Amino acid sequence: MAEGAAVVGTGAPVRKPVRRGRWVPYALLAPGLLWLVVFFVVPMITLGSQSLQEGNIDEGYVFTGNVSIYADAVQRYWPHLLRSVGYAGTATVLALLLGYPLAYFMAQKAGRWKNILLILVIAPFFTSFLIRTLAWRNILSDDGPVVAFAQSIGFTSLLQAIGLTSNDTLLASKFAVICGLTYNFLPFMILPLYASLERLDPRLVEAAGDLYASPREAFRRVTWPLSLPGVVAGTLLTFIPAAGDFINSRLLGNTETVMIGQVIDSQFLRVLDYPLAAALSFILLTMIVVLVTFYVRKAGTEELV
Amino acid sequence: MATQTTGDLKLSGLTKEFDTFTAVHPMDLVIPQGSFFALLGPSGCGKTTTLRMVAGLEQPTAGRIHIGDTEITDTKAHQRNVNTVFQSYALFPHMSVLENVEFGLRRRGDKNAVAKAKEALELVQLGEVARKKPAQLSGGMQQRVALARAVVNRPDVLLLDEPLGALDLKLRRQMQIELKRIQQEVGLTFIHVTHDQEEAMTMADTIAVMNAGRIEQLGDPATLYERPASTFVANFLGQSNLLKATVTGPAQNGEVPVTAYDTALTVAADHVPDGVKEVWLGVRPEKLRMGEHGGPNRLHGTVTDVSFTGVATQYLVRMPWGRELTVVQQNDGSNRARPGEDVTVSWAAEHGFALDASQAADAGVEEEG
Ligand SMILES: Nc1ncnc2c1ncn2[C@@H]1O[C@H](COP(=O)(O)OP(=O)(O)O)[C@@H](O)[C@H]1O
Ligand SMILES: [Mg+2]
Repeated sequence: MAEGAAVVGTGAPVRKPVRRGRWVPYALLAPGLLWLVVFFVVPMITLGSQSLQEGNIDEGYVFTGNVSIYADAVQRYWPHLLRSVGYAGTATVLALLLGYPLAYFMAQKAGRWKNILLILVIAPFFTSFLIRTLAWRNILSDDGPVVAFAQSIGFTSLLQAIGLTSNDTLLASKFAVICGLTYNFLPFMILPLYASLERLDPRLVEAAGDLYASPREAFRRVTWPLSLPGVVAGTLLTFIPAAGDFINSRLLGNTETVMIGQVIDSQFLRVLDYPLAAALSFILLTMIVVLVTFYVRKAGTEELV
Repeated sequence: MATQTTGDLKLSGLTKEFDTFTAVHPMDLVIPQGSFFALLGPSGCGKTTTLRMVAGLEQPTAGRIHIGDTEITDTKAHQRNVNTVFQSYALFPHMSVLENVEFGLRRRGDKNAVAKAKEALELVQLGEVARKKPAQLSGGMQQRVALARAVVNRPDVLLLDEPLGALDLKLRRQMQIELKRIQQEVGLTFIHVTHDQEEAMTMADTIAVMNAGRIEQLGDPATLYERPASTFVANFLGQSNLLKATVTGPAQNGEVPVTAYDTALTVAADHVPDGVKEVWLGVRPEKLRMGEHGGPNRLHGTVTDVSFTGVATQYLVRMPWGRELTVVQQNDGSNRARPGEDVTVSWAAEHGFALDASQAADAGVEEEG
């Protein structure tokens, strides 16, 4: 300190970092902003204007600004929208129930097995989403051993009784679609949960026990609130893509389980009704934004650390 | 609800083994209710493990734990009326200071949780920061919150695991006084773990000196200091000059004659263990006098180093056989010896102590603290 002061005192040139510092944040921000503009804002505007066009694929579409298409779209496809939210919500809850204990074990108890388990969680990403979902079609196929086993223990009858399947098999049902969604997005749930549970100091749980908290109370008062950031991140990363998914419902479902993503996909690529597809995309987007905002607000009141 | 028990804490044959390593050898100990007890020892000697067994956070391999007449060996941690101030404080980061302090009371369904917690915060002089989060406080304040969080439950036994370890020296001295005051005010049994011998001696009524998973000696601070029972204790609590000596005859007039390096010396008879002939003769540096007025035990040597420490001066005096004795003299205005000067060092028979020579003379030297 004293030396530094002496240097200034002898008239050594004093740098002014303030000037240079002024544009550095913007320079660092620029690539990200550019990326957002090109890959988010521009497509959004395009999609928005497309949804307000009228015409058909042969004669071309012209912009008319007719917003009634939105009401029309909701009227025709509200069951699919609700179904998507329902399936995605169910899959998210299932993924949380499956993922939390696993992430907890990996983060707090696995010791030297931690890294191996992490690799196993990520391993499915080495093959494509589509291939894995197709594989599930084989696994759950009507004459396969899984169905035979499920039938033998009465599981298929149970599913049928509660309306998750429509016959004595597993494939082409609500059940299969929700299972597929849960399976496919489980790693997105586990990884953020793992990250937040990994940071949890086990001594805090011990301290709770020392202060008369039963293991259940210690979980409720300490472990759970401290892992909430991971829960919020994990549920969002699972719910959002699951709500817009179009692969699982197409490959594992039936005509009664069509999700909104599948509708948008077929309107864009098969029916070629671009305005309707664009409008549905916007409706889905708005719905997710509203739900997520509501959810994050709610989670935020529970002491998000 | 925690089991309500009162009385002395009794450990009987308490043992902890980790795989093949024995962290705590069978330990028998009675800690009287309401006492300030210190568990002192170098790091790694098993202090934390012992505390964790008392708290119920570690399952003993063998042995029993009682509070009064109630056995708590198999009682779950959350059902024991024992609280811990953790070495790392372990404050809940997502709760305010007040919520942290209320935590134990609320788990037990105390109706006056808030009032009691506020009172406890006043006790540690942190009333104004009740609404803050632990991360907004300094280390010393966090330490006091951890203390309040434990004390507020009025446990039968309060365990403190090196609670002052992370504080700087000045704050540590201040907190030692605070802790002692609080212990006297609330009258709980405190078990204070530390590797700082000065801390243990200033605070505790009784100290157990631990070494490698065993209690080496138990006693009040003055006894441990004046009459160490092993070279480890002699060196770990303060400093000791240890001379190799041989007992030459039976006690006469309460003094035992010994020879060290062909010099005849004497030690108070009750400072010599029974039946040993080869001994380490120990004298504390401040018990030695420069000159002949210290007593009949005299050694001659040459001053090799003088360091002035303010209230005292420390000398190193080289003996003819090559070892150096450490001598500490009060700065009472008398002339100071200079390096190279030939001096006589003397002491009284009751200031010496003899230890069995089969132990290593340097046990416990410079092991922290
Ligand atoms: N969970 C454990 N597994 C294996 N060894 C342990 C464990 N906990 C403590 N030890 C060992 O037991 C010994 C005593 O540790 P500890 O009680 O923490 O010592 P202290 O608190 O006196 O520094 C150390 O050698 C430590 O390495
Ligand atoms: Mg320790």
